Amino acid sequence: MTKTSYREAMRGAIRQAMQDDDRVFLMGEDVGEYGGCFAVSQGLLEEFGPDRIRDTPLSESAFTGAGIGAAMGGMRPIVEVMTCNFSLLALDQIMNNAATLRHMSGGQFNVPVVIRMATGGGRQLAAQHSHSLEGWYAHIPGIRILAPATVEDAAGMLGPALDDPDPVIIFENALLYNETADFAEPVSVDIDHAAVRREGTDISLVTYGGSLGKTLAAAKELEADGISAEVIDLRVLRPVDDRAIMDSIAKTRRCVIIDEGWRSGSISAEIMARIVEQEFWSLDAPLARVCSEEVPVPYAKHLEKAALPNAEKIVAAARKVLGR
Amino acid sequence: MTKTATKVQLTRSHCRHLLHQMLRIRRFEEKCAELYTEEKIRGFLHLYIGEEAVAVGIMEALGQDDAVVGTYREHGHALMKGVPANAILAEMYGKQEGCSRGRGGSMHLFDASTRFYGGNAIVGGGLPMAVGLALADKLAGRDRVTACFFGEGAVAEGEFHESLNLAALWQLPVLFVCENNLYAMGTALDRSEAETDISAKASSYQIPSEWVDGMDVVAVEAAARSAVAKVRKTTGPMFLECRTYRFRAHSMYDPQLYRAKEEVEQWKGRGPIKRFEKWALETGELHEKDVREIEEEIAGEIAESIAYAEAGTWEPVEDLTRDVGAGPRI
Repeated sequence: MTKTSYREAMRGAIRQAMQDDDRVFLMGEDVGEYGGCFAVSQGLLEEFGPDRIRDTPLSESAFTGAGIGAAMGGMRPIVEVMTCNFSLLALDQIMNNAATLRHMSGGQFNVPVVIRMATGGGRQLAAQHSHSLEGWYAHIPGIRILAPATVEDAAGMLGPALDDPDPVIIFENALLYNETADFAEPVSVDIDHAAVRREGTDISLVTYGGSLGKTLAAAKELEADGISAEVIDLRVLRPVDDRAIMDSIAKTRRCVIIDEGWRSGSISAEIMARIVEQEFWSLDAPLARVCSEEVPVPYAKHLEKAALPNAEKIVAAARKVLGR
Repeated sequence: MTKTATKVQLTRSHCRHLLHQMLRIRRFEEKCAELYTEEKIRGFLHLYIGEEAVAVGIMEALGQDDAVVGTYREHGHALMKGVPANAILAEMYGKQEGCSRGRGGSMHLFDASTRFYGGNAIVGGGLPMAVGLALADKLAGRDRVTACFFGEGAVAEGEFHESLNLAALWQLPVLFVCENNLYAMGTALDRSEAETDISAKASSYQIPSEWVDGMDVVAVEAAARSAVAKVRKTTGPMFLECRTYRFRAHSMYDPQLYRAKEEVEQWKGRGPIKRFEKWALETGELHEKDVREIEEEIAGEIAESIAYAEAGTWEPVEDLTRDVGAGPRI
């Protein structure tokens, strides 16, 4: 067992996929010579050459669309869109092509592309570099949305994502790249189900991606006060694993959802709606959530901290739901 | 004539074929317009009438294995690529026997067996896909060409510039075909572009480019054969601007306030079918009898496709969510 970082885990997964399947290639801005904006693909250009580790111009729409076309042409492209902020320039291709083509063509064409992008705030990069758009993308039928929150998931989600005959978007919270874990070999993980990251009986804390660490920290703090919190990591934001959420709520009867996206129209709103639809009568208290404040994420450290979810806010929300 | 010939050989049979293909599109679409007024076809319906020489000429240079990416004005391209008229009309009826099971309609004709990739209704949205299809061919070492059709309106989109640059940078086997019919819906080219010479824009991306009279089917075929041969030889992109004109409204809801009736009439005077038919009759390549026979054949094909579409069935509502994805994973 050696300490492996989230970044290394993702790189290992890309390397493994490229070794296993000639159809797999990586393309995106600065993935080659630069080694990836977040150094995920460092060294891969030397290993696989420029045909399979393709640096692209700053043309998000064209290279994402080219990934879609190449996937339709029999390849298994991994498209790296540096961050989700820039993915808006490729949204037409993702939403109007990748997500629609199978249905719109009556099932004749499928788009086995994997699109990876960094997401999230917390690095004082201000409004245009701090978006969390996972929930937005999870609105779209026809694509699978993954949010690996652990080193193991970073290592294990890419393989099954490439095996998926339909488009998959992987959101990598940029604050996770330096996270490490004891980890030997990448193993394929399930990309259908949520995971219980911590068992508990008093309250369910449902989260994903970059907020998992904050939520686990909050659960630990609650434990010190004798509150047993269960932590659910959604892992897959579309399609959502309803069963895992409802099973937890049937047990704890209380729930707080933690989501780095903005509150209005967010994935947390969707989760709440599903709980109300399916487990309303199990609830002992109103649902609550901790989201980003409804502002463009500011630069100043104290303001940014105030804008994003943190352990303190999660603890406060949980206490309020529990009435103690 | 073989698909790989680089020159047009105007034999009697080829002349007959070209006229037949242009008239197939024309008569098919005239019938579509009628069926639209009868409310058999709904949604948007964009007719290609006036521009037939472009699809016919370009498609003569492509083989079965080559791919086509079209726009929302793609009935003619689908027909020319070999998608059966039956399946196209059934699609417009919304029937499950349609080429997209009734999910796409007029703007989204798809056919995997003829490598017809739509039917893209976001202006410019098909260009990146074409680049990707060509990239896949290049990486897999396949000798195939992807022809990508778009209107001059797409030239204003970022995706046009991004895609041309990428295709040139990576030297991908794409034939970009700009169907310049002078109006992006109702916006004239010189009201939307500072540089109205479209082939010059392509040249600036280091893509060999030329323009051709899109009302002359033989000129289009000749230019296409030469361009496709170059794409195959160099495996790099080529750009062909076909200068053409749409005789009908943009869609069925367009009162055409943006152009003069005289202008339309003037262009109709040099219509691709009228012009080619006149030439073929005058030179004796074809006779009136040939034209009559062609019309009869087409009338038969159209009658059959109407019968097919009428007899088609509605996809069960229970299948509504079928093919959103591959289905549940086991």
